[in-house]
Amino acid sequence: MSGDFILLGLAGVIASGAPIVLASIGETISERAGVTNLSLNGLIIFSGMMGFWVAVETDSLFLGFLTGALVGALVSAIVAFSSITLKQSQVAVGFILAITTRDLAYFLGNPIMGRQGPIMLSTPIPLLSQIPILGPLFFQQSIMTYASIILIFIVWFWIYKTRPGLMLQGIGEKPSAAYVRGANVGRMRYFYTILGGTLVGLAGPLFTLSVKAGWKGTITGLDGIGWIALAITIFGGWNPIRVAFGAYFFAFLQWLGLVLQSSWTFIPSQVLQVAPFPLMILTLLLVNLGNTEWVARLLATLPDGVRERVKKLIRSLRSQAPAALGTPFERE
Amino acid sequence: MNIEFKNINKHFGAVHANADIDFNINSGTIYGILGENGAGKSTLMKILSGFIHPDSGEILLDGQQVRIDSPADAIKFGIGMLHQDPLDFPPMLVIDNFIVGQGGKFLLSHKTVINEFQELQDQFGFSLDPYTYVDALTVGERQQLEILRLLWLGAEVLILDEPTTGISVQQKEKLFAALKVLAKQGKTIIFVSHKLEDVEIMCDKVAILRKGQLVGEVVAPYNINQLVEMMFGKQIVINEPKSLVTEEIVFELDNLCIEQYPITIENVHFRMRAGEVIGLAGMEGSGQDVLLRACAGLLRPVSGRVIVNEKDLTGKTYHDFMRHGVAFLPASKLEEGLVPELTLAEHFTLVTSHKKQLFIDKPFFHDKTKQKIDDYRIVGQPETPVEALSGGNQQRASLSMLKDSLSIILLEHPTRGLDIESAIYMWDKLKERCAGCTSIFFISADLEEIIRYSDRILVFFSGHVSDPQDSSKISLEQLGQMIGGKGWDRTLTDEETYEAITQP
Repeated sequence: MSGDFILLGLAGVIASGAPIVLASIGETISERAGVTNLSLNGLIIFSGMMGFWVAVETDSLFLGFLTGALVGALVSAIVAFSSITLKQSQVAVGFILAITTRDLAYFLGNPIMGRQGPIMLSTPIPLLSQIPILGPLFFQQSIMTYASIILIFIVWFWIYKTRPGLMLQGIGEKPSAAYVRGANVGRMRYFYTILGGTLVGLAGPLFTLSVKAGWKGTITGLDGIGWIALAITIFGGWNPIRVAFGAYFFAFLQWLGLVLQSSWTFIPSQVLQVAPFPLMILTLLLVNLGNTEWVARLLATLPDGVRERVKKLIRSLRSQAPAALGTPFERE
Repeated sequence: MNIEFKNINKHFGAVHANADIDFNINSGTIYGILGENGAGKSTLMKILSGFIHPDSGEILLDGQQVRIDSPADAIKFGIGMLHQDPLDFPPMLVIDNFIVGQGGKFLLSHKTVINEFQELQDQFGFSLDPYTYVDALTVGERQQLEILRLLWLGAEVLILDEPTTGISVQQKEKLFAALKVLAKQGKTIIFVSHKLEDVEIMCDKVAILRKGQLVGEVVAPYNINQLVEMMFGKQIVINEPKSLVTEEIVFELDNLCIEQYPITIENVHFRMRAGEVIGLAGMEGSGQDVLLRACAGLLRPVSGRVIVNEKDLTGKTYHDFMRHGVAFLPASKLEEGLVPELTLAEHFTLVTSHKKQLFIDKPFFHDKTKQKIDDYRIVGQPETPVEALSGGNQQRASLSMLKDSLSIILLEHPTRGLDIESAIYMWDKLKERCAGCTSIFFISADLEEIIRYSDRILVFFSGHVSDPQDSSKISLEQLGQMIGGKGWDRTLTDEETYEAITQP
C-alpha cells in the first residue's frame, strides 16, 4: 500500500464522514435542547431522495441541498410540534416518522431510480491545497465538506462559549431552572429542534449528490446511517468535537472494510460491509468507560495527589445526558 | 422593599389555597411565614415570585401596584426565590450557573464575573470554588450559590422556601448569619418554614397561615405554644416518649465492614434489643445510609456478619431480610418506596401477602385501603395515585403498608419535610410498633429528633462509627460536635478530618 493510496483514502474518509458529521451534529443540537429527534434515519433517506430529485430536474446542486434542508426542517417541525406543544412521546412520534419517511422515500423515489444527476465536485482552496499531506486531506474537498468541518467548531463554540449556548445547555438540563432565569423554553426548543433537523436534512443530499451519488432505491445504502449517527451523538457525550470524531471514525471503519475486501478475499464481503456497525458501538462503549463505578474504584487506589488530578481530567471529559432529554416542560 | 398583599385569592379546583390574604412586610425585616403542610404558604410565595397568578387581589411593592408575570419578571422587580430543591444546573460549573440567564455580552467571559463573585461571597464568608461542578456541592452550598446569584441580579427581596431542610448545622449557622447581614442592609427576607425553632431564632415577625387563611401575625419574642395553636387550631402536646426496650437481642452486627465508594465503614459491632430505637446521626454522606442499606441486605458487606433473630443473613438479598421481619423505608419515597401512577388501593394489592390470586379482588382491597386510610389518617382516597399525595401523606401511606409483625424497621429521614403534627403522629405510630417489640433503626438530620426518640445513638463521621451513645447522657451540643468530628473517644487524625471536609 503506497503512501498516496492511504492519503487519498483518508481524504475520502473526511469526505464520506461529512454527512455523518452533519447528521450527528444536528441531532446533538436538538438533544441538547431536550428533544430527541428519532426520525433521523428515515429523514436522511427521504431528504437524500428529494434533494436528488430536485437536483436532477433543475440541474442545480444548490436547489437540491435547499430541498434537503427544507425536508429536514419540516419533519423536525412535526417532531417539535408533537413533543413540545402536544407533549406527546418523542420516541413514538420519532420512530413512526423514521419508518414513514424511509418508506415514503422508496415509494416516491421510484421514477428517478438510476437516473444520472449532478455531482458536487471538489473545490481545492488555492495555496492551502498545496501543503503536503494536510493539503490533499483537508483542502481539496467539496464546499459542503468544508462547511461540515467549520460547523463542528461553530456548534462547539456556541454551546460552551456563548451566553445563548449556556442557556441551551440549561433548557436541556433543567427547563424549570432555565425558565426562572428568563428563558422561553418552548420557543427555544422549537428553534433548536428545527435547526438540528435542517442539518440532518442536509446530510441526505450530501450522500446522493456527492458521497454515494445517485438514487438506487433500497440499495442506495443510506439505511442504518441515521441510527449510527444517533449512537454517535449519545456516546459522543453530546459534545460536538467528540461527536465529530465518532463520525469520522465510522467513516474510517467503512473505508477499511472496502480496502480489506479486495485483499482479504477469504472473508465474505458482507461481513466487512456490516462490521463497521458493531465495531463502532464497541468502540463507543470503550470510550465511555470512564463513567463507570469500577473505574472510580480503581482510581481510589492511586495516591492522593495523582488521584485528584486524574479525577479532574475524567470529570472534564465526562459529559452526561441532558437530564431533561425527552421530557416535556410544564411551567406549573 | 416593602411588600403589601391585598386580598389575594387563589383556587385550585375546589381547594381555596389562598383566601383573602392581606398583610404587609416591611423592608429590612426577616419575616416568617408559618403553617403546616398544605396551609397555602407555597401558593402565596409562588404568586409573589411570578410562578402563578392570583385569581384576584393585588401586590404592591413600595406602594406601587405591580403585575408579576413570570419568575424572570419577579427578579426584574427585585424579588428572588430560593426553592427547596435548588433550581440550578448540576453538571455545569459554579461560575456558569452564576452567569446563566444574566444579560450581558454574547461571548462568555469569566474574568470580571469571578472577581465580583468572590467579592460577593466574601461578604458572607462563603467559600465556593467557582470552577467546581455544582453536582459536587452539598445542598447547603447550592443554596449559598443561589443566594449569591439572586443578589447579583439585584434582588431586594429574598424568599426562602424551607431553607433549613437537608443542610448541616454549620451551614445553617452560616445561612442565618448571612440573612441577618442582608436584613441589616435593608433587604427583605421572607422565611417560609414549618420549623418553629428556626422561625423563633430568625424572624422579627411571622404570619401564620392555616387552610389558606391568614390566622394572624405575631411579633418576636414568641410564645411557642401560641404559635402552635395558631398553626393547627389546637394545642399539641409533645409527650416525652417512653423507652420500651426489652432484654431480647433481635439484631446483631458482628465486625461488619462495608465499602461503598467513597465511604468505607470498618468493624461495626453492636446489638439491638427488641423495642429499642437507635438513631444514626451524622452529616449527609458520612456513611449512615450505607450502614442502613447493609442492614437491609441492599448492600453486601465486605466482611463481618449481619444477624437477624439469631439467623445469619450476611450476603442474603433484601427479600430474605424481609422474610425475617426487616422492613426498609427509604427517604426518596417516589423513587424507591412507592410506585408513582399506582393508586393507594393498588399499592395495598401489591403488598398484601394473602389473597395472592391471579385476578384482583377489587372490592376487598378497596375496603382494606379505606380502613388503612382511616387508621393512618391519610388524606386521600383509595383511587388517589400516590404522587398526588402530599409528602406527609406519602410517608403515612408508606408506614401503613408495612407488615403487622416486624422485627426491625429501618427508616431514612422519617419526618423530613413534615410539619410538627405529622411528625408527632409518625412517631406515635412508630412507638406503637416498639410496644409490640419491633426495633427501630433510623437516620435523621434533625439532631433534636434523634436525641428525643432514640434510646441509643450511633454517630457517623466520614465513615467512622462511634460506639453506641446513651441518648439520655448526651447533649445537643455534644452531638453537634461529634458529627463535626470533635469530641470522639480518640482524636481523629488531621488526615481523617481533612478527608471528611474534602469528600463531596
